[in-house]
Amino acid sequence: MSEKKDKSTTKKTPVYGILAEYSDPAVLIEACKKVRDAGFKKWDTYTPFPVHGIDPAMGIKPTILPWLVLCAGLTGLTTAILLQWWTNAHDYAWIVSGKPFWSIPANVPIMFELTVLLSALTTLGGMLALNKLPHPSHPLDLKERFERVTDDKFFLLIEASDPKYDADEVTALLAEHADVVEPLMDDDQTPAELPRGIIYGLVILTAAAIVPFALAAHARESHNRSPRIHIVPDMDFQTKYKAQRVNTFFDDRRADRPFVEGTVAQGNLQEDDHFYRGKSGNTWATTFPNQLQVSEATMKRGEQRFDIFCAPCHGLQGRGDGMVNKRAELIGAGVDGWVPPSDVTDPNLMKQPVGQLFNSITHGVRNMPAYGPQIDVEDRWAIILYVRALQRTRNATTKDLSPSEIASLK
Amino acid sequence: MTTAADVKQYNTQLEAENPFAQITENVCRVAEAPKPPKAWYISFAISSTVMLAFFSSIGFVFWEGIGAWGNMSPVFWGFPIVNFVFWVGIGHAGTLISAVLYLFRQDWRTGINRFAEAMTIFAVICAAIFPGIHIGRPWLPYWMFPIPNQMSMWPQFRSPLEWDVFAVSTYATVSILFWYMGMIPDLATLRDRSKSTVRRFAYGIFSMGWRGSSRQWHRYEKAYQILAALATPLVLSVHSVVSFDFATAQLPGWHTTIFPPYFVAGAIFGGFAMVVVLAVPARQFFGLKRIITMRHLENMCIIMLVTGTVVGYAYAMEFFIAWYGGVPEESFTFINRAFGPYAWAYWTMISCNVLAPQLFWFRRFRRSIPVMFIIAVFVNVGMWFERFVIVCTSLSRDFIPSNWGYFIPTKVDFITLIGSFGLFFTLFLLFCRYLPMVAMAEVKAIHYNHHMHHHH
Repeated sequence: MSEKKDKSTTKKTPVYGILAEYSDPAVLIEACKKVRDAGFKKWDTYTPFPVHGIDPAMGIKPTILPWLVLCAGLTGLTTAILLQWWTNAHDYAWIVSGKPFWSIPANVPIMFELTVLLSALTTLGGMLALNKLPHPSHPLDLKERFERVTDDKFFLLIEASDPKYDADEVTALLAEHADVVEPLMDDDQTPAELPRGIIYGLVILTAAAIVPFALAAHARESHNRSPRIHIVPDMDFQTKYKAQRVNTFFDDRRADRPFVEGTVAQGNLQEDDHFYRGKSGNTWATTFPNQLQVSEATMKRGEQRFDIFCAPCHGLQGRGDGMVNKRAELIGAGVDGWVPPSDVTDPNLMKQPVGQLFNSITHGVRNMPAYGPQIDVEDRWAIILYVRALQRTRNATTKDLSPSEIASLK
Repeated sequence: MTTAADVKQYNTQLEAENPFAQITENVCRVAEAPKPPKAWYISFAISSTVMLAFFSSIGFVFWEGIGAWGNMSPVFWGFPIVNFVFWVGIGHAGTLISAVLYLFRQDWRTGINRFAEAMTIFAVICAAIFPGIHIGRPWLPYWMFPIPNQMSMWPQFRSPLEWDVFAVSTYATVSILFWYMGMIPDLATLRDRSKSTVRRFAYGIFSMGWRGSSRQWHRYEKAYQILAALATPLVLSVHSVVSFDFATAQLPGWHTTIFPPYFVAGAIFGGFAMVVVLAVPARQFFGLKRIITMRHLENMCIIMLVTGTVVGYAYAMEFFIAWYGGVPEESFTFINRAFGPYAWAYWTMISCNVLAPQLFWFRRFRRSIPVMFIIAVFVNVGMWFERFVIVCTSLSRDFIPSNWGYFIPTKVDFITLIGSFGLFFTLFLLFCRYLPMVAMAEVKAIHYNHHMHHHH
């Protein structure tokens, strides 16, 4: 410390430049024109507010800032387009109310916002960078009178480093207009390098900033058998039983409770044994239920349903010669487990009560699957009506024909 | 060797014939006074208490869940969204005064632009809190931003709510940049006048070593121009995007194309009213009557009259379109607004927003401080009710009558609403105490150009 002091006293303080003070901006502008025309390069004026007309008087060239902002704006626009296309149309294509994955109109707002955001950040950042701010210390700061530059006084400084600089000439040039002209000493004692504490602080901060990323990288690579830490329990732990879990409160230790005995869903109360199950008491019903209208229309319906659901195996005439069976025989009658479909006009089947036929259709029989889930109750009865008709065609006698039909056969 | 005291002596001698020093002194005096006026202490005590109530109510909502509010089927957007739109709207007048009037070379803005911008930022802070607490799981707000996550999911960019996230965050950022950049030269003034090391250091840090170099002023002015040019379309876009939150829905009463311009007009209207509410006491207590003059107040009253009438026209147009469009649900919604269960809110809105400002046709009322203050308060109330009417009437009675309900706010709702004003005024009072309330450099420049420019 003492050494430094000695140096500063022995070494003559260099002159930084000549500083002139003005109290009227109009006068300052006149002075500027003089300095400009004298061809000085390293000089500047300092004012409390932007003085209009000083830029041409000082020969200040327009700043490149608008071009920087334009580039930033285009970068923002491109970023927004790529961000939205990548996230919503490419990486994870969302289906949203049938809209196209990628369309300009829906993405305009964010394009606009990001353009403005990047432009604005660049405007401030670029202004500071071009102005070399923050600028912590300057020889001017040690001039008491210079404190009024942010209040009401105007200054002009020609630096000693200017090639045209000559102390006497500059003083004479400035004295023409200025209130005060005096040399500015470069006695700025502020060290150029950063204080130790700040450097250490930055090193520690940098080291600390790496830690979270290091932890994340470690977590990606390592395996951990314990569950994740829930800082906020969210809805992961709810006081409720999930389906198929154990609940010791009940005798059967099941969390999901079965229906109360005899519960029937709305509309599923099928009390009519005859209609829904083809039974009367404990035996098969032998008559069609009352709900079925035995009519030409029902017969037609039965034929249509039979041709859809039954004919593939049983054949259009019910002889058990449907396409499926033909195919099975073609492959070879010895196909394991192939039970040929019944001939519905077989006398055995003719003897069966309608209730039993209904049951066979509903629940299936031998190789035939259950058609209950596929065919409505009424349609099943209609099919049976049609089957009965098919059976009669097979065993028809002349009694079944009207006299006119018999006559036409002769 | 002069001592620091001598320097200060030299710097604080006020020359009566020196307008620049007058301006500096008038503005800096407020931030430099050893003690603020008593009114400041009283206001600060009240507003910080109300702010505490605000944060307590939010804490309670975090603890309890959003069932603490009155949001309930079918009205799931209750007070939080109403407050959000209200506060964002308040913010817009600040940007308008600073940016739009700057572009239009309206020099009278310099007296009020600084604290209008401050008002913008504090209003946006209040506004931004509401969506954050409204999401229901306030520890997951980062879901709103496109951040890679373990779910491998991205936000949905076709949603107006996502546009809103970007619009409001951009708006907040740009407002802060604009405000801060405008303050750099004035912070340097405060730095150069400061008497304590702490103040010198703090103002020194934030003024970044500004010394008023003309080469720097040149770039600074260009940057200010660009920021104003960016902020102008931004301010129009933000409230349009806020209105899309409603307008892109299918709900009768929301599904209208008039929303963007109508929301922007309403925002400017409510914002200017808030500027009046803040400016009247501020100039009174801090002695800024020379800088914020009757002309400023009168101009703001005229803007309130114009925008209030525009808003009134929009209300009428909504009814006309509902009738002209011939959609029964739409017609019903508007008749329901005016004569249904929320008629009280609707007519409060009409009388505060459309009828009250009509008094400003008379010069007497435009130039009367108490009248303009009361009307400005009315306008703020009316604008809050406008958002309430839009949100609640449409949601409470939509297409299916079996869905109908009635929104009943809870105590917590009211505490959160009133509390947000506490936050707003607390921030504003701190700003008045520690930062330059008026853009000194700009006022000086305007003054010089108008009164002292005697050479060309």
